[in-house]
Amino acid sequence: MPRVPTIVLLTLLLAQVACAGGAPRFVPVSGGRFVSSLLDGTRTVTVRVAPFAMMEEPVTEAQFAAFVRHHPRWQRGRITPLFAGPQYLAGWRTPTDPGDAGAARRPVTGVSWFAARAYCDSLHAELPNWYQWEYAAAADATHHDARADTARRNAILAALMHATGQRPGLIGRRPANLYGLRDLNRLIWEWVGDVGALFPEADGDLGSAGSGSVLRLCGGAALAFRDPSDYALAERVAALSMLAPTDASPFVGFRCVRNPGANP
Amino acid sequence: MKRILATAIALALGAAGFAGSTHASPLPAGWTCTPALCGAPQGKPIVEHLLPPPEVPPPITRRYPATVIVNLEAKEVVGKLADGVKYDFYTFDGTVPGPMIRVRVGDTVEIRLKNAHSDHMPHNIDLHAVMGVGGGAANSIVIPGHEAAFAFKALHAGLYVYHCAMAPAAVHIANGMYGAILVEPADGLPKVDKEFYVMQGEFYTKGAYMQPGLQPLDMTKLLDEQPTYVVFNGRVGSLTGEHALRAKEGQTVRFFFSNGGPNLTSSFHMIGGIWNTVWPWGGSNEDHNVQTISVPPGGSTIADMKLVVPGTFMLVDHAAVRMFNKGALGQLVVSGPEQPDLYRRLWNKPFPPSGTSPAPAAASSTH
Repeated sequence: MPRVPTIVLLTLLLAQVACAGGAPRFVPVSGGRFVSSLLDGTRTVTVRVAPFAMMEEPVTEAQFAAFVRHHPRWQRGRITPLFAGPQYLAGWRTPTDPGDAGAARRPVTGVSWFAARAYCDSLHAELPNWYQWEYAAAADATHHDARADTARRNAILAALMHATGQRPGLIGRRPANLYGLRDLNRLIWEWVGDVGALFPEADGDLGSAGSGSVLRLCGGAALAFRDPSDYALAERVAALSMLAPTDASPFVGFRCVRNPGANP
Repeated sequence: MKRILATAIALALGAAGFAGSTHASPLPAGWTCTPALCGAPQGKPIVEHLLPPPEVPPPITRRYPATVIVNLEAKEVVGKLADGVKYDFYTFDGTVPGPMIRVRVGDTVEIRLKNAHSDHMPHNIDLHAVMGVGGGAANSIVIPGHEAAFAFKALHAGLYVYHCAMAPAAVHIANGMYGAILVEPADGLPKVDKEFYVMQGEFYTKGAYMQPGLQPLDMTKLLDEQPTYVVFNGRVGSLTGEHALRAKEGQTVRFFFSNGGPNLTSSFHMIGGIWNTVWPWGGSNEDHNVQTISVPPGGSTIADMKLVVPGTFMLVDHAAVRMFNKGALGQLVVSGPEQPDLYRRLWNKPFPPSGTSPAPAAASSTH
């Protein structure tokens, strides 16, 4: 193929990607029986995950900027303190501009749980619950459940460690999993709808996230995981379960789910 | 609060009484709180001046209990593990180990822990000097950009490890998140000329020993307890060459030596030296004339040596592969005149193989 048409084609493709950046794409996730990595007390939890649709990528800075422009009450400086602390979108250049040349491909972070939920709400979607997220993230390119793959675990943990001191990387650098979902495991932590109840025996009170599970996360944390050697998962659960819903961390973003039958 | 304090002191006293009456080595005075030693804090709160390892804060001359404020910051930093080898460390205050904290028995210690805005993980601190559930861990969990504080009364003197206990704790410790806190007995430790702070720890990297570049944590090696590096003060070469520790002949040096682990027990030894006085477990028991001290992960020792001859002395984990192949090596350079009465070379020369005729000058045996 001659060189010039290739470039034209590429430009067209990029334009399409940019368009897609405006409207998140949901992909279907077939449901199934799933054994969670988290224990309920000392009991193994088997859940039947119903089919759902999930955003193929985390919400980007550009997408979230569009959201706050349309819904000014979720802008930094306007948001009620009940819904977000002082670190909400603190890294943005202005309340509506991330000031990031990579905004179309960088996952939005620094958003509170309330703001993430509001974003999903605006798409008639919602935050995934933990089991949905865990089920979706368990898959690699060829297996529904690749969690026992030690090399994969090792690589995920290494990727999380490698992020030390850096802002989250760009979306889409790695292949999608078998549902077509990208960047679930290695880029950021993602909010889940039931974050306040990640440990089922905790009181589940969102206002005191983590409080019920505090001791489980210290020396006793080994008791909370079905496989305590899945360190990457333990890091994620520890990071998420310590967050209050108003907290905004530079490494916590989100994506949404909805009914598989819903139209874009 | 006062009632809780009184109860704690009564309990501590009870324990002291028990130890005094039945234990082979009675608890020496000043190592555990009594009402006389450990009343309410006096004077203005003192903000602890923290120094990077191997520096040790000066001995405490104060003879009353005070409130001591310790400001620590959890920091995830990319640092040097060896020449040409980098690693994503989890740290207290940016160094491995974190700074040594020094307080006096009976002090009320206020730990204020921040977690740097640039960090990814929640962190906390568990100090083994604390008598309380979790050693402070449950009261100090901080997500990035947050701070938390808690207070404890230092009821028992000794050298203790502190570390991050956030899940998965093995990872946080394997990444370097530990340090030591000395709770001095009421009258202090015997005076020495120089004090050093050294902590051992292991690192589990994807690449082999000394393989250059930024090396990620190897989870499999960690789970198998097969470290790539075993080092003092967070990296290969932290105490060698231009970083070697220095002292003079005739001086007595003290090592506050703790083991962050996470997994290996250290066999702490100085090549060419005998520890004159050792508090083997970092507690009140004293021992003398010790060659090698076993220091478990999450454990400590205090070891004194009077330096009687000059030279470069190697500090090692005597598990020999660790010193030769994994980095567990430090140096103490002792300057001063040779002491031939104590240590001298005699000869080093060829000798004839067996079966050849003996040298004429050799005395024949009559036995």
